Amino acid sequence: MTEKTVVPFQGTPEQEAQLKEVIAKHHDQPGGLMPTLQEAQGIYGYLPIEVQRMIADGLGMSLSEVYGVATFYSQFSLTPKGKHKISVCLGTACYVKGSDKILEAVEAKLGIKSGECTADGKFSIDSCRCVGACGLAPVMLVDEDVYGKLTPEQVGKILDKYDD
Amino acid sequence: MTIEQLNEIKAKRADIVKVRTIIREEGEKLAKETAYRKQILVCGGTGCTSSGSMKILEALNEELKATGIQDEILVVRTGCFGLCSLGPIVIVYPEGAFYAQATVEGIKRIVDEHLVKGEICKDLLYKETVHEDGSIISLYETNFYKKQKRIALRNCGVIDPENIEEYIATEGYQALYKVLDSMTPDQVAQEVLDSGLRGRGGAGFPTGRKWMFTKDAPGDVKYVACNADEGDPGAFMDRSILEGDPHAIIEAMTIAAYTVGANQGYVYVRAEYPVAVHRLSIALQQARDYGLLGKNIFGKGFDFDIEIRLGAGAFVCGEETALLTSIEGNRGEPRPRPPFPAVKGLFGKPTLLNNVETYSNIAQIIRNGAAWYASMGTEKSKGTKVFALGGKITNVGLVEIPMGTTLREIVEEIGGGIPNGKKFKAAQTGGPSGGCIPAQYIDTPIDYESLSALGSMMGSGGLIVMDEDNCMVDVSKFYLNFTVDESCGKCTPCRIGTRKLYQLLEKITDGKGEMKDLDTIDELANHMKSSSLCALGQSAPNPVLSTLQYFKDEYIAHIEGKCCPSGVCKNLLQYNIIADKCKGCTLCARNCPAKAITGTVKQPHVIDQSKCIKCGVCISNCKFGAIIKK
Ligand SMILES: Cc1cc2nc3c(=O)[nH]c(=O)nc-3n(C[C@H](O)[C@H](O)[C@H](O)COP(=O)(O)O)c2cc1C
Ligand code: SF4
Ligand code: SF4
Ligand code: FES
Repeated sequence: MTEKTVVPFQGTPEQEAQLKEVIAKHHDQPGGLMPTLQEAQGIYGYLPIEVQRMIADGLGMSLSEVYGVATFYSQFSLTPKGKHKISVCLGTACYVKGSDKILEAVEAKLGIKSGECTADGKFSIDSCRCVGACGLAPVMLVDEDVYGKLTPEQVGKILDKYDD
Repeated sequence: MTIEQLNEIKAKRADIVKVRTIIREEGEKLAKETAYRKQILVCGGTGCTSSGSMKILEALNEELKATGIQDEILVVRTGCFGLCSLGPIVIVYPEGAFYAQATVEGIKRIVDEHLVKGEICKDLLYKETVHEDGSIISLYETNFYKKQKRIALRNCGVIDPENIEEYIATEGYQALYKVLDSMTPDQVAQEVLDSGLRGRGGAGFPTGRKWMFTKDAPGDVKYVACNADEGDPGAFMDRSILEGDPHAIIEAMTIAAYTVGANQGYVYVRAEYPVAVHRLSIALQQARDYGLLGKNIFGKGFDFDIEIRLGAGAFVCGEETALLTSIEGNRGEPRPRPPFPAVKGLFGKPTLLNNVETYSNIAQIIRNGAAWYASMGTEKSKGTKVFALGGKITNVGLVEIPMGTTLREIVEEIGGGIPNGKKFKAAQTGGPSGGCIPAQYIDTPIDYESLSALGSMMGSGGLIVMDEDNCMVDVSKFYLNFTVDESCGKCTPCRIGTRKLYQLLEKITDGKGEMKDLDTIDELANHMKSSSLCALGQSAPNPVLSTLQYFKDEYIAHIEGKCCPSGVCKNLLQYNIIADKCKGCTLCARNCPAKAITGTVKQPHVIDQSKCIKCGVCISNCKFGAIIKK
């Protein structure tokens, strides 16, 4: 289905300038690597090796150290995400109310698995562990929008709204 | 800031806030003496925000302007009220009228009818607050609130967390003054110890003792840290406290810092909690602006400041040594203890680490005294505990109960029972490290010792209710899947053990299990418990062991009967269309999310088993009962 192609890095000079500022800000802070990675991901949307290298050089540490931290935490992504990011909650409160079925319905609809991105780059699917809306379980996020009290049959219509 | 200035701010605001916490008659009298005839509170917690409370707030402000009464009415955006499943929540004081599931149209009516004309919109109220004769009762008299005792959540849903003066109005920062003005570090630690408060992050270690250890540890530089990583999926106690009452944490950390001798603090928050982070940042800045944080606090020569650090989605970072390693900027892997953080913690210095809820009790213990706190709860578990009630329960939300309250009271009274007439099967506490409490033990009092005795644990406060439709083997597989994902991989028993356990459970839920697998599970679990480095690995087998203890018959049904009694495990299930009954209405095919159903109009349809995801949509759609699940 979707081949794991390496998307070429397309950073702009503006992004690089922003990153340099972030690096300068955290350069002398004890334990500044995590905040730097977090803000870098905010700038680029993900953390390609090129960005990790700039951070390593900027903070004066080895690339392997940066890579080790970036791969340890699930929030950091080394691959780009879709234009619309779908995240299905698999926290306990959602799971006992059947959120796994919601995830499978999303996967079936888009023809990709959780963790992947559609070939046209429109959608990516992830799961997460509790977004704090347990009262609305089962819950799915599409970008910033929260959909709660879901049933698998609603999934198709919701996603169609984003298919622009 | 001086105490006189603090008291002046308090005096200015106290009555306004008090209107929201006293009984209706008194509130009505008091409201007349304040600048606001009525106050309208809108929940701005994550739960209600997700169900659209910010749109309500916008509509409210517009409507108030349109009717020209905006100066007589105070609008307050609060933290979580607790009844998340009824969000968005709006409350009007002094009546205490509790509007549930508010809508934009509804809010316009509330303004026009209630706020302008003084006529409560009874049809929009939470039904439990309206008697048959039409009289209304306050929220605090409903089943949901009656048995609760709000200490940690005292200000959640009451004050505006983005306005420090509202916190000051409810005695905020008085405890800090008392400590800096008239108590020695030893006295503070003793007071906390005497209160009987135990860590609310899961382990239940006596908080006062931890403070003493850190205070007595040699070293000039020390740190204070707050664990707001809240990793148990489906638990949201700490988030709600940070969102609803952030100054309580700042005040407590400052008191703790004075006690142990620290000048710098860190709050480690889950990155998935943007609202909490936002509120906490605002609160920190306001505290600095008011001279309650920073240099020379209250002019008493004590300096302290707090920095926020964001986690990045690793459950193991909730473990104390991993958390500190993560703040240092490294991979959040645990390290062996001793040395304990109290001796050698952040950047190698003595560090005090407590959980958010633990801190949220501190200022009140200092103000009201250890004896007051110790008067609540049971012999060994003092005070209250906050639980995030979730799963198959009517009132999903946040509750705080005195220790010793029974599980039955929580489920049946506070929680409003199980929806859809289903039967209670078990409650899970302690998340991926905990276990379940089956129906026969529903009268167990909730405290540290009783829960451990049942093979579960207090945990940080997740309480997930399951009904007869939940498969216990599936639930333990769910938790194991979680620990497989979250094991940091540093030590072998946990890294390999969790995976092996998961595979065994998968084998069983696939209908390929053998009876001897149950022995293997037992052996593996014991090995993991005894030789994993940190509590993640040591406690990972708990959900399996506990369900095996109480629901062995379900495991056996999967293994020997090749069936899932609750109808959950996918590979033991099939949906089929009975050709004779199918009228070919196409409804199921149109609604099947997997496009697994084919057929032409008025012809019997068929399900392609290789595509079917066993979601059950078709069965609930078919009007002719033509689809069966077996
Ligand atoms: C795997 C693991 C995850 C943990 N997650 C949390 C957590 O999310 N929040 C928390 O406060 N404590 C958590 N703890 C407990 C902490 O290690 C520590 O005991 C606690 O923060 C101390 O604070 P307390 O004494 O106030 O409870 C976790 C422990 C383990 C082993
Ligand atoms: S027990 Fe698991 S989480 Fe803890 S250190 Fe070992 S591998 Fe890491
Ligand atoms: S159970 Fe769900 S996926 Fe399977 S046929 Fe029915 S609707 Fe389609
Ligand atoms: S478990 Fe899904 S929102 Fe909390």
